[in-house]
Amino acid sequence: MSAVIEEHHDDHDHKPTGIGRWLFSTNHKDIGTMYLCFSFLMLFIGGTLALVIRAELFQPGLQFIDPELFNQMTTLHGLIMVFGVIMPAFVGLANWMVPLMIGAPDMALPRMNNWSFWLLPGAFGLLIASLIMSLMGMGSAPNFGWTFYAPLSTTYGPDSTDFFIFSVHMMGISSIMGAINIIATIINMRAPGMTYMKMPIFVWTWFITAYLLIAVMPVLAGAVTMMLTDRNFGTSFFSAAGGGDPVLFQHVFWFFGHPEVYIMILPSFGIISQIVPTFSRKKIFGYSSMVYATSSIAFLSFIVWAHHMFTTGMPVATELFFMYATMLIAVPTGVKVFNWVSTMWKGSLTFETPMLFAIAFIFLFTIGGFTGLMLAIVPADFQYHDTYFVVAHFHYVLVSGALFGIFAAVYFWLPKWTGNMYDEGLGKWHFWLSTISMNILFFPMHFLGLAGMPRRIPDYNLQFAEFNQIASIGAFIFGFSQLILLYNVIKTIRGKSSEKATDQVWEGAEGLEWTLPSPAPFHSFTTPPTVK
Amino acid sequence: MANQDEGNKNVTRNLLFVVVAMFGFGFALVPLYDTFCSITGLNGKTEDAAYSGDVMQVDNKRKIKVEFVTSLNESMPWDFKPLQNSVTVHPGEPTKVEFVARNRTNRDMIGQAIPSISPGQAAAYFKKTECFCFTQQTLKAGEEKLMPVVFIVDPAIDEDVREITLSYTFFIKPGSEDAPATKGINHSAMLSTPLTQH
Repeated sequence: MSAVIEEHHDDHDHKPTGIGRWLFSTNHKDIGTMYLCFSFLMLFIGGTLALVIRAELFQPGLQFIDPELFNQMTTLHGLIMVFGVIMPAFVGLANWMVPLMIGAPDMALPRMNNWSFWLLPGAFGLLIASLIMSLMGMGSAPNFGWTFYAPLSTTYGPDSTDFFIFSVHMMGISSIMGAINIIATIINMRAPGMTYMKMPIFVWTWFITAYLLIAVMPVLAGAVTMMLTDRNFGTSFFSAAGGGDPVLFQHVFWFFGHPEVYIMILPSFGIISQIVPTFSRKKIFGYSSMVYATSSIAFLSFIVWAHHMFTTGMPVATELFFMYATMLIAVPTGVKVFNWVSTMWKGSLTFETPMLFAIAFIFLFTIGGFTGLMLAIVPADFQYHDTYFVVAHFHYVLVSGALFGIFAAVYFWLPKWTGNMYDEGLGKWHFWLSTISMNILFFPMHFLGLAGMPRRIPDYNLQFAEFNQIASIGAFIFGFSQLILLYNVIKTIRGKSSEKATDQVWEGAEGLEWTLPSPAPFHSFTTPPTVK
Repeated sequence: MANQDEGNKNVTRNLLFVVVAMFGFGFALVPLYDTFCSITGLNGKTEDAAYSGDVMQVDNKRKIKVEFVTSLNESMPWDFKPLQNSVTVHPGEPTKVEFVARNRTNRDMIGQAIPSISPGQAAAYFKKTECFCFTQQTLKAGEEKLMPVVFIVDPAIDEDVREITLSYTFFIKPGSEDAPATKGINHSAMLSTPLTQH
């Protein structure tokens, strides 16, 4: 691996200046940065909506917002967090890190890369515009939940549903182009000697995630297109009156929706698989089993979708099939968890912020995985379906899973991106506050769900009051703790009082990205490195 | 470099093909779902054409209770009732039952009844030789009409099925006017729209 060759290019490392640098960027690092900043902004918007929800639920009765607005809050919170935070953050990390990790000078299709990012502000502008119009008293924003089940979104959808439909179309195009770009980069632009089975696990998980995106985002586009024609052009895909079937919507949606949940977790698996070996100062345990486990999870994700629909009235044989197929996913996921733990076993561990988040990920994601197994059991699901138990489950996998993975990645690679070390003390504060408050926030939701509190309601029975208060307190601590991250990131970027990062940054770090200078130069690996 | 561009083009072309194919697959799920449902009876849908197969052997040893449920789509201003709440039949025996529908409005309207069978697994064995649900029904203003159904329960039906519920929901024919069924609910607008066929 030769970093020496780059020196020549770094000399005239000129970058475009002004707003044009960002608007017309074809540079994977700049586009990655824009994706990450966009996702950070969306995190605060989506988080604000979540705090409105939790403020309303602090007490039984209606305090701050009416039920109609409450429904818009839950819908937009879900949509923004899924499509605006988790997915763009992962694409941003892929943009930054995949070329550096495989020794490529840039993404394979840089112009398309620019377009896939710049569709996103348009898409979310449209979606958030519907909320702003709603707050100004001009009709309702989407209010049917992020799953937009027909007929709530077709027959009964507010006018702004058409804004939502086009917004989803644009996000879909953006994700598909991002995924094509990542696959083309990984297939064609690996440095000489970088065979598939030498690729870092993060690259592998993104490779598989990109295929999932290409397979299911078009199905989502199809679903919203059917909604569009049902609403405006007199078709009856989902309307029983015209011979359609609303349950069909759920099948089409979850055929997209289940692989989508793996799209939101596989890159985090990859991040954790980079971080745990670094801070254990060991090679990852079971590299090839990690690759095969990721592939099996991706395959299984296509044949389990109906476990979201057990209560729609399915034949027992179908329920059994989907129940067993779902439980089967625990096997490859278990392989991964055991591999991470085995990587730490007898390692010389240190506990910097990325490692803390990675360990919290392993522990808390496993809790989310277990509640997932409980939900997979058909008779149990009849009790849990549409209760706060489900809310607790998917927040454990998405907050302490996907989001903690992203936090870990940001702390892990921020020194490489900026050339400055982040403030470790603030990082630890952020970690402990987030981890503790996250559990105060979501753990009581398990009890609420088991006691029968339905999800998506603005008011509830008195018996649920205490646990809701605890959850709301946790929510506010969690929400405001994220300001520490914001402050820390800005402080590190400005770098006035920061320690300079070395090229390797972390003592145990291995891989091509750590052979580059910190900060990574604007153009890197213009001559491919050679991988032993 | 040229080689790499070639490779990128190929990958992009192949992946775009997958994207188009999966978009099509989303739509292919519609007929696939219908086929799957008619095989398994998943959504309780019955065939929407009259049964014209062989005369079936009547099984006098078994009795099946068939119950009738009627409902109206919420924007449908008709009255709609079965004349009998249930009948007990032998499998294979043709049975005629009647429903009555009345147009409460002062306009001519077209409606469509959608049948559904519960339990779903009985749907494939519930044969109708005559049904008002096969065609659209026109009711003049204030008109009342008897609507007959003749059905046969196939004797091949599972032994465990002792009760079948046949449910009909009457909808305003969608698309016939600016149909309220495809837009938000607006009762007043609907009532003032004449629903005659163009």
